[in-house]
Amino acid sequence: MALKDTLKNPYSNWMKDGGAEADVVVSSRVRLARDLAAYPFPHRLSPEQAEEVVHAVGLAVQQSKTAAAVGPLELTRMAELTPVERQVLVEKHLVSPDFIKGDVTGKAVVLRADEVVSIMVNEEDHLRIQCLMPGLALEECWNLASKVDDLLEETLEYACSEEFGYLVTCPTNVGTGLRASVMLHLPGLVATRMLGEVVSGLGKLGLTVRGLYGEGTKATGDLFQVSNQITLGRQEEEIINDLTALVRRLVSQEREARKRLYQKQPEALEDRIFRSYGILQYARVIESEEALRRLSDLRLGLALQIIKGIPFSLVAELMVLSQPAFLIKAAGRSLAPAERDVLRAQLIRERLGRGAE
Amino acid sequence: MLCERCNKRPATVHYTEITNNKKQELHLCEECARETGVGSFMMPQLVLHDFLGGLFQQEPQALVEPVSRECPRCGLREREFARRGLLGCSDCYAVFRPAVDQVLRRIHGTVKHTGKLPRRTGKKTGVQRELKRLRQELEAAVRREEYEKAAELRDRIRELEQGLEGGK
Repeated sequence: MALKDTLKNPYSNWMKDGGAEADVVVSSRVRLARDLAAYPFPHRLSPEQAEEVVHAVGLAVQQSKTAAAVGPLELTRMAELTPVERQVLVEKHLVSPDFIKGDVTGKAVVLRADEVVSIMVNEEDHLRIQCLMPGLALEECWNLASKVDDLLEETLEYACSEEFGYLVTCPTNVGTGLRASVMLHLPGLVATRMLGEVVSGLGKLGLTVRGLYGEGTKATGDLFQVSNQITLGRQEEEIINDLTALVRRLVSQEREARKRLYQKQPEALEDRIFRSYGILQYARVIESEEALRRLSDLRLGLALQIIKGIPFSLVAELMVLSQPAFLIKAAGRSLAPAERDVLRAQLIRERLGRGAE
Repeated sequence: MLCERCNKRPATVHYTEITNNKKQELHLCEECARETGVGSFMMPQLVLHDFLGGLFQQEPQALVEPVSRECPRCGLREREFARRGLLGCSDCYAVFRPAVDQVLRRIHGTVKHTGKLPRRTGKKTGVQRELKRLRQELEAAVRREEYEKAAELRDRIRELEQGLEGGK
């Protein structure tokens, strides 16, 4: 079963090497919010209705035409998973933190085996169709998400109106229901203290900047999510193209900042990067926040070619592997925070080829 | 102050809950807060919705009627929409129309969708959208006394109308 692999393996396809602008852009995501016309929105569903929605989506994703066009999609009810397994899905960025909060009855997740396509059923909307790819690939994400959307729509009747477009639970998503976002690694802008300026500039352009796990989370490991705010009155392609153009500008600003940083104090930067690399290779106990910070330094070192021979994909994998639920899943039992810090250090050492030392 | 749960990292999430006049305080570090679902993930949702609610509570006089309507289909009250910023079903958009318009204008600066519509369910609306555009063009052509163009437009409109009636 594909989901077993998803839960066991920290690697996900969005980490894959070779993505565009991979030195700055970790991954791209497009999310479409859709609701069924025949049911009230999820927060007003009875448990029976919620189950009916899950059932209807299950039927839609099983259509042979769908599988032929985008590959097999597997639906799993959230209640079938343990709390730790649900958290693993969050840590791999396949479902939102809100999705697994509280009672998960009547919720389900649809996954393609490579985890590029995921659908949350009965999150804030009946469907949240997501495509997640490595590097800057918003257009590819949009094309695939839209294809999945078209296929599902052959079975499911969406709520929509000519005027307002797709009718969804929250007015912030109405219209296209499209949220495009990129996960950016911005250590240069953070170190040169230019990030605040950049963030307020993006705000003026109708974009939002958020932390690692989306809405309301803080930025760890110099990772930020940038996404569009406006979903109504603009065509999907415009939203995608505008965000892509802005991200390209951000990428060159970040590269510029890194270059300046390295030129100004080469020893200081190399020292910071190699210290972090050393700690990751040899530490016996490491907390998650420190691990993320050190991995961010390592990623910067790789981008500047100060360190060579490690793929970006391994850094991304280690960032997921460092998360609490993943460690618990890897250990196969519950772990106290101190035990987690030991296991985290051990797994990172092993993956960096220093397990035996 | 150290985190009450792991006693290791500094407490950065301070959470106060008041239930039935009983106050409970929690001081957690970011990691424990995330694991227990307290704080950082819960607040933004509330804040966003309070904020959305606030968007039109600021100007209650702008609403056509005071908040007393209720959606006949899902039972959502306008007051609740105002408070949480969430609609209850697709009918709510029409039921709470003035308030919805106001919120959409504030968030998106417009109330008009221009993007994709579902192919199957949207085919009809797509044609209607085209018809509306053609009728406007026709009116303009007549005004400009461009009768040849007007005739072309009229034929195209008829064609589309017949298509709609034929249930295509």
